Amino acid sequence: MSFALPPVLRRVAPQVVTLVAVCVLVTLFFPGFLDLRLSDGRLVGPVIDIVKRSAPVALLAIGMTLVIATKGIDLSVGTTMAITGAVAAWCLDSGLGVGPAVALAIATGLVCGLWNGGLVAIIGIQPIVATLILMTAGRGIAQLITEGRILTFNDAGFAWFGSGAILGVPVPAVIWVVTGVALALLMRRTALGLLVEAIGVNRRASAIAGVNATVLLIAVYVASGLCAAFAGIITTADIRGADANNAGLWLELDAILAVVIGGNSLLGGRFSIAASILGALIIQTIDTGILLAGFPSEYNLVIKAALVVIILVLQSPQFMAEVFFWRRFGRKNLAPDTVKEDAR
Amino acid sequence: MNPRLYPLYATIGIFLFACLVCYIQFPFMASTRVLGNLLTDNAYLGIVAVGMTIVILSGGIDLSVGSVIAFSGVFIAVMLRDSGLPAPVIMALLLVVTTLFGAAMGGLIHALAMPPFIVTLAGMFLARGAAYMLTIDSVPIVDPFYDRLQDAYYLMPGKGRLTLIGVLMLASVAVGMIVAHRTRFGASVFALGGGVQTARLMGVRVGRTTVGIYAFSGFMAGLSGIVFSVYTGSGYPLATVGTELTAIAAVVIGGTLLTGGSGFVFGTLIGVMTMGLIQTYIVFDGSLSSWWTKIVIGGLLLLFIVLQKGLLRLTTTRLASPQAGAPV
Amino acid sequence: MLLTIRSLTKTFPGTKALDGVRFDLRAGEVHALLGENGAGKSTLIKCLTGAYRPDAGEIRLDGQPIAPRSTSEAQELGIGTVYQEVNLLPNLTVAQNLCFGREPRRFGMVSSREMKRMAQDMLSGYGIDVDVSRDLGTYSVAIQQIVAIARAVALSGKVLILDEPTASLDAREVEMLFDVVRGLRDRGLGIVFVTHFLDQVFALSDRITVLRNGCHIVTEDTAALDRVRLIEHMLGRALEDEVEHRAVDHGVAGPVKPEMLAFDAMSRRGVVEPFDLRIAKGEVVGLAGLLGSGRTESAELLFGIRGTTTGTARDEVGPVRIDSPRAAIAAGFGFAPEDRKTDGIVADLSIRENIALALQARRGWARPVSRTEQARLAETYIKRLDIRTSDAEKAVGELSGGNQQKVVLARWLAMNPRFLILDEPTRGIDVGAHAEILRLIHELTAEGMSLLVISSELDELIAVSDRVIVVRDRAHVAELTGADVTTETVVRAIADHGREEVA
Repeated sequence: MSFALPPVLRRVAPQVVTLVAVCVLVTLFFPGFLDLRLSDGRLVGPVIDIVKRSAPVALLAIGMTLVIATKGIDLSVGTTMAITGAVAAWCLDSGLGVGPAVALAIATGLVCGLWNGGLVAIIGIQPIVATLILMTAGRGIAQLITEGRILTFNDAGFAWFGSGAILGVPVPAVIWVVTGVALALLMRRTALGLLVEAIGVNRRASAIAGVNATVLLIAVYVASGLCAAFAGIITTADIRGADANNAGLWLELDAILAVVIGGNSLLGGRFSIAASILGALIIQTIDTGILLAGFPSEYNLVIKAALVVIILVLQSPQFMAEVFFWRRFGRKNLAPDTVKEDAR
Repeated sequence: MNPRLYPLYATIGIFLFACLVCYIQFPFMASTRVLGNLLTDNAYLGIVAVGMTIVILSGGIDLSVGSVIAFSGVFIAVMLRDSGLPAPVIMALLLVVTTLFGAAMGGLIHALAMPPFIVTLAGMFLARGAAYMLTIDSVPIVDPFYDRLQDAYYLMPGKGRLTLIGVLMLASVAVGMIVAHRTRFGASVFALGGGVQTARLMGVRVGRTTVGIYAFSGFMAGLSGIVFSVYTGSGYPLATVGTELTAIAAVVIGGTLLTGGSGFVFGTLIGVMTMGLIQTYIVFDGSLSSWWTKIVIGGLLLLFIVLQKGLLRLTTTRLASPQAGAPV
Repeated sequence: MLLTIRSLTKTFPGTKALDGVRFDLRAGEVHALLGENGAGKSTLIKCLTGAYRPDAGEIRLDGQPIAPRSTSEAQELGIGTVYQEVNLLPNLTVAQNLCFGREPRRFGMVSSREMKRMAQDMLSGYGIDVDVSRDLGTYSVAIQQIVAIARAVALSGKVLILDEPTASLDAREVEMLFDVVRGLRDRGLGIVFVTHFLDQVFALSDRITVLRNGCHIVTEDTAALDRVRLIEHMLGRALEDEVEHRAVDHGVAGPVKPEMLAFDAMSRRGVVEPFDLRIAKGEVVGLAGLLGSGRTESAELLFGIRGTTTGTARDEVGPVRIDSPRAAIAAGFGFAPEDRKTDGIVADLSIRENIALALQARRGWARPVSRTEQARLAETYIKRLDIRTSDAEKAVGELSGGNQQKVVLARWLAMNPRFLILDEPTRGIDVGAHAEILRLIHELTAEGMSLLVISSELDELIAVSDRVIVVRDRAHVAELTGADVTTETVVRAIADHGREEVA
């Protein structure tokens, strides 16, 4: 994203092709798919709708990309959305105003990330286990804040984050695009991207080379919490209320899926935020496209499952190793090398 | 005292403590009626948690079980409505389907060498999607066989009902205990959880065991689906969303190490009962809100994970630090 | 003869790991298999246990040719192995580990009482007192080793291979293990004993075979060998033909180099005994010692990878903090580790990124090394160190071992450290590259860099070092300077064992 160099484009090419293919497919069934109109100074149309609706998953996927690049995973992002949304709604409900509501919601997201990062980097708990704790307890905390109700508010200023528009573009879309570009720039214009990839591939060697792996790991989970906070604010603003039970429910899985569709390996290392965002767009386009094309939405999950399996096969180290060895050495040399790895 | 039993003792201790708190607050909770309800209400969870325990013992995870339960209910309801087959046949068919489904996931995990997390995530989508494709509505189950299942109970002294599904859950736990602790398959499961390479060196057939593990979990999820359909008397594709997480939590609170290799099926039963007790307490109390269940369970999770991390660190550092003195 | 191996050959891409090796094992003997890293010991053992299949040669057991294809097949044939890291499952009970795969069953269920009795039978005669129903992990490594031996013997029962079984045991535990091994020898097993502790070789073994560079060097009765000759065999250096072409002229006392760094009483309990180290500007200090002597551990203390129990560091200005790699790097240190794969390279990243990594880490994330600068660095060092690659964007994991080593070296040279630690810089590198790296070391010292070089290759070590410190048994035992730096004195210092006499 950060620089329009050929390697970057090459990296996201499969995702772009998939997205275009899905769009073409949808257009075939629903010719009005690509229509764009200006109504009341706002762009409207199915495409704009998709771009707006993908905001939560795209935002979560941005943070999740970084976490997964360090060989981790963050299961708590959906719950973090619920908590931050609840905090924001509570602030508005108690009349604190928009500014403090946003600030406190963001602070909450940072605290959630700090908690996860601390468990992972300092105490050394496996990421999936560590983030499971907040995933389970977090919804209870969110309900504690909303006192189990759907905490509604009537604050046009805050609702703007969900339904407003800047230059005709929906605010949620602007937020995720800006966040994505900002984080991608931050990663690639500074050395953060390289360092994150390094600790994802080999934490010990990176630490010996002087990389501050502990702090970086925490920072990555904090970034994920921050993205979840943005997503939580958008969702809350969109429905003008905080639903502690359902806000962000299962979105962590969609976000992980987006990252995986983006071609990022769950085993850490190289990452591309742009590709993850494209993954989120693909998911949302399929979601919306199925509805528009008049198919029952029940197909949605099955298609997602098929997508995951296809991508897994393509990503599988075993599968790729097989292909690689067939091409390079033939099967003969496979045995000693695998044995050598086994012996470690 | 054998240190391997510490987490189990901790689990039982917490359960007894919870019982004591409940008894002091609400003496009438100590009745067979409450016990009967506890067993009945948590039957489906207990059964699926037994399968999950085996998976987690092997160092894996199965995210698909909640969807499989929902699929099972829908499958039974729709088949009963549309096919005219007798209920027992449909149930047997269902168990075959879910077992094969689990086996297929196990096969993929082994063949692709991919994390179980993501493979079973795909399974979760697939099972839920399949349920949706069968129906999107809640389908009531009307069947004489079902009526008999629902009404089958043994009246315990004190008017508590020990229902069939409650007994089935206890039986599943017993079967799980035998499989995990008394068979060669179980030993292989523990061995995988201890380390795949070492397990292979010791002669474990990794592929076959992995398939078996997820097939077992699939079977248990199917059985749990049957129990759930008996319990609710319907099939609904949106049911039991998130049950996999509740099951995982029960397993961990039951003293099983989430990284695999150590734990007890019996502990899982206690874990399920503890969670049920917390819920019952909150219902009895009336003033407490339901979300406290989640917070308390989250707290228990944290407690157990940190406790086990500490135990692990203690034993490894003790063994890793070479004694002082002049080694040769 | 229980086991005979003739002209065994195994080739890996680029290296001949075993070259026509022969080896004999009698029933009822302990046969030590010795050699430095890369000598071919582990390849030989892996051929025996079925992990590798040899390219040529013959293995006969009881006169019958065998070709095991897997560990379990080797086990069934009668060849059992116990590794340094216990290859049992600490999360299972002792009984489960002993009986794994052969659990006694009643009505299809494992009978734990029966299994307990079986396990106790298997352990009887080993003289250890364990509760077989407890987790294996709750016992000491020594007990775990003995349990592993008991399992291997019960499963196989002819040949027992002990692959560095004593590496993490203390003296008392070693003695306990030796008693067990002697008992097995007396029962008629043939035992192959691989270790790098020479004292243990002399204490336990009946015969010794030395491998070097994949070749069989010598097989002799232990009683007929003395330590000095044994070390000569292992290091490939007869004392008579002392190297003439010494690069550093140890005879002439050159101008005194100013002292730059001083480490005092550096130690870590149970790992390295306290040692002092002074290093002058532009000086090369060699660290000699056999594998496992504490040489790598010393380096890790100096670089902050392991925490110290005691010790301080200072330079001309004042105290230096070296409690983490980051601190050590900030103090101008660099460290090219021995185990490149786990400690050195970041396999999936490119050569360019690997070279720039340390520099980048020191600069901090906010001040990136620009891509052009990275490319320039990569180009410079690819040329200077002759890294063989098609281009700088190739993932380091795809390079050969020697080129990976050069990339790690380049990473530190790019930092221009004042003190660079090289742990086995020439391991696994072809001969041509050896000379290059030695030449490089001279260049660096000429520029004023100070080096600590660890190497098993004594010739090289002596060729580059101004001073040699000898490490033995986790302590720094001798420091040789000036005319004392010769292969002979170093070998004698390594071999000398007046201080500790083990049973």
